[in-house]
Amino acid sequence: MLLSSVAERMYWMARYIERAENTARILLVHNNLMLDMPRRISIGWEPLVFIMGSANVFREHYSEASERNVVRYLVSDKNNPNCISCSLAMARENLRTTRAIVPRAAWETLNDLFEFTRENLAAGLSRRGRYTYMKRVIDGCQLLTGKLSGTMSHDLSYGFLRMGRNMERTDMTTRVIDVRATNLLPNQTDELKPFEDIQWKSVLDSLTAYQMYRRHVHVRVRGRQALRFLLQETEFPRSVQYCLTEIEQCLHRLPGNEASLRVLGRVLRMVQEVAIDRIVREGLDDFIDELQRVHGELHEQLTTTYFVLQGSAA
Amino acid sequence: MPIRWKEYSSANVYDELITSHGRARKAAQQAARYIGSLTDEELHERRDAAELAMRVMGITFTVYSDQGGIDRAWPFDIIPRIIPAREWRITEAGLKQRATALNMFIADIYGEQRIIKDGIFPGELLAQSVNFRKQCVGVRPALDVWAHICGSDLVRDRDGSLYVLEDNLRVPSGVSYMLENRLVMKRVFPELFEDVSILPVDGYPTRLFDTLASLSPRPADYPTVVVMTPGIYNSAYFEHSYLAQQMGIELVVGSDLVVQDDDCVYLRTVGGLERVDVIYRRIDDLFLDPEVFRADSQLGVPGLMRAWRKGNVAIANAPGAGVADDKVVYAFVPAMIRYYLDEKPVMPNVETYLCMNEKQRGHVLANLDKLVVKPANESGGYGMLIGPASSRAEREKFAGLIQKDPRNYIAQPTLSLSTVPTLCDGKVEPRHIDLRPFILSGESNHVTRGGLTRVALKKGSLVVNSSQGGGSKDTWIVETGEH
Repeated sequence: MLLSSVAERMYWMARYIERAENTARILLVHNNLMLDMPRRISIGWEPLVFIMGSANVFREHYSEASERNVVRYLVSDKNNPNCISCSLAMARENLRTTRAIVPRAAWETLNDLFEFTRENLAAGLSRRGRYTYMKRVIDGCQLLTGKLSGTMSHDLSYGFLRMGRNMERTDMTTRVIDVRATNLLPNQTDELKPFEDIQWKSVLDSLTAYQMYRRHVHVRVRGRQALRFLLQETEFPRSVQYCLTEIEQCLHRLPGNEASLRVLGRVLRMVQEVAIDRIVREGLDDFIDELQRVHGELHEQLTTTYFVLQGSAA
Repeated sequence: MPIRWKEYSSANVYDELITSHGRARKAAQQAARYIGSLTDEELHERRDAAELAMRVMGITFTVYSDQGGIDRAWPFDIIPRIIPAREWRITEAGLKQRATALNMFIADIYGEQRIIKDGIFPGELLAQSVNFRKQCVGVRPALDVWAHICGSDLVRDRDGSLYVLEDNLRVPSGVSYMLENRLVMKRVFPELFEDVSILPVDGYPTRLFDTLASLSPRPADYPTVVVMTPGIYNSAYFEHSYLAQQMGIELVVGSDLVVQDDDCVYLRTVGGLERVDVIYRRIDDLFLDPEVFRADSQLGVPGLMRAWRKGNVAIANAPGAGVADDKVVYAFVPAMIRYYLDEKPVMPNVETYLCMNEKQRGHVLANLDKLVVKPANESGGYGMLIGPASSRAEREKFAGLIQKDPRNYIAQPTLSLSTVPTLCDGKVEPRHIDLRPFILSGESNHVTRGGLTRVALKKGSLVVNSSQGGGSKDTWIVETGEH
């Protein structure tokens, strides 16, 4: 037996943990990329704001997408509900209200990480302290994910946690592809061409995919193969197809799953059947937009079926 | 410098561990000898270890500020409060007797009201009681028990005897700290637990679950029992969550529950609606059901009272049980025991003057500087006058209040609460304490072994509430071989 409200909190807790981790990693990877790129053709910090999908809010509060502004916005700006601080705070609120279900050790880890990010914020925003800070956020989130996986019964409530985690990963992977890959793919300016490699490497790094890509693909990093890896690879835990398959497995164990499975089937087929060559040729935009739309639909369906409180209230 | 019990003195009051001659009482001898053998450094190490354990185990209570809720570590003192098992057996019997009589009283009040007809309890008191719920008249809860969980506050006066100060019958809290304090002490003083015969406390969650399950309206099935909390912003949220976890049942808020047209209560689950049999509610009567009580309550469940009155769900404590949780009603508990059980009360009340009684009111008004005056329906130490510590203006104010609304005030002599040695700034000093045992009533009665000892950490203070500088201690019931 699982309360709808508890299921919802588990789902969101996992999404927020994953969001904090991904944001920290993307910041770190971008930071490294910036160090490698020649100063005169800098790609700037703005793409990060686009990845987080909150460019409008950003523009309301900042006049330029400087390093300082973007980093602050992604790490601790309360105007950005997806910033690392806000994500961890939300994860903590969700865990606080499900303490009866989640192993104590997990609560301790999250609490610890939350305190660390608060106490060391100034260092996290500085150039020098950035690496240590982001590393600690990434490690803390992974420790938490590991503790949950290793010490909690893999029951229905864990299923919602796992779905949340994979929904967020799918989301993040498609966002990274959307912002970074779209610009990289067809018509690179001559100036940027020589740096295509390191840019693709950083796309893969943003999703911890570089090493696994090398192991499985065996060729130097090229756009097409990288894209295929991020979308269709069946064994890499952050590829879109892998994440969707995880969600499918969770759904199979849930009651009343028909509608959600139908939406999931649609998005999974889209990913499995897409011809990478064609979308590379014709532009990624339409495909990624459609993918994100159906992904959003899946989230809505899960919410309606499992979280929205049923039964007449009066 | 290690503790020298000879130099410890708790002037003019009863100390639970050390006699006025600086000798440990029998039940405390082993503990006192052991603690006395530790160097300052060792003692501080133990204290730090306890603090760390508290933090790591996440034992907190919630304090609110502008930045939202903050979990504070629960102040804890490592020197235990020790009660001989022989004395405890008598206390236990007294508490069971009291809970039985209180439950019979509540059932009678919402039923035939024999105690009023027989002239033992004045009926006009009910009309003015803020905790009497007319919506509960005529209801017969399972087993005729209304107050399934009672937390009675006990204090020991200078004469060395324990008195009942009040009975909390609404939503008494603190039991989770009693359980966690023991876990911490076992980590900090494992040696003592090997040598001293200390009665265990950890059976409480199982007993609580059994008591709750026994109330189920569907006894044939495995009942669905839930803990209902007002939510994360309640100061006792930690305890609600803790008890749910320990009993392995769901922690719910009002919006998780719904009453359907069949007048049954259901949980909203991912698999649809699921029937609930027993609700251990940690929310006040008036917030339970907006259809019946406060219409603006966001915490409750519309229709809950309907379901309860029909007997489709059990609520613990039953709505309306608070009628006996009133400082005026308290004064009648010894009379209730004699009336319903035809027994002599085992546990004495603190002498109580009712201001509604003209003669007693005269005595109170003439002795305001010596008495403690309390409003009938407040808890947590609010709205009190402590005579010996009061100013003339305060006394005049209270004299006015009493004359205006005599039903709402009682007065008691100022007790000198007993003390226990407590580690304060590296030294051991006496600090005042009370004790809250918990009594479960269902098919049978059960009393916790000991209870939660609260300690006023400020020197000379008698206020043990956690919100006002209070902390807690582990409470040991120790077998000494005497019977």
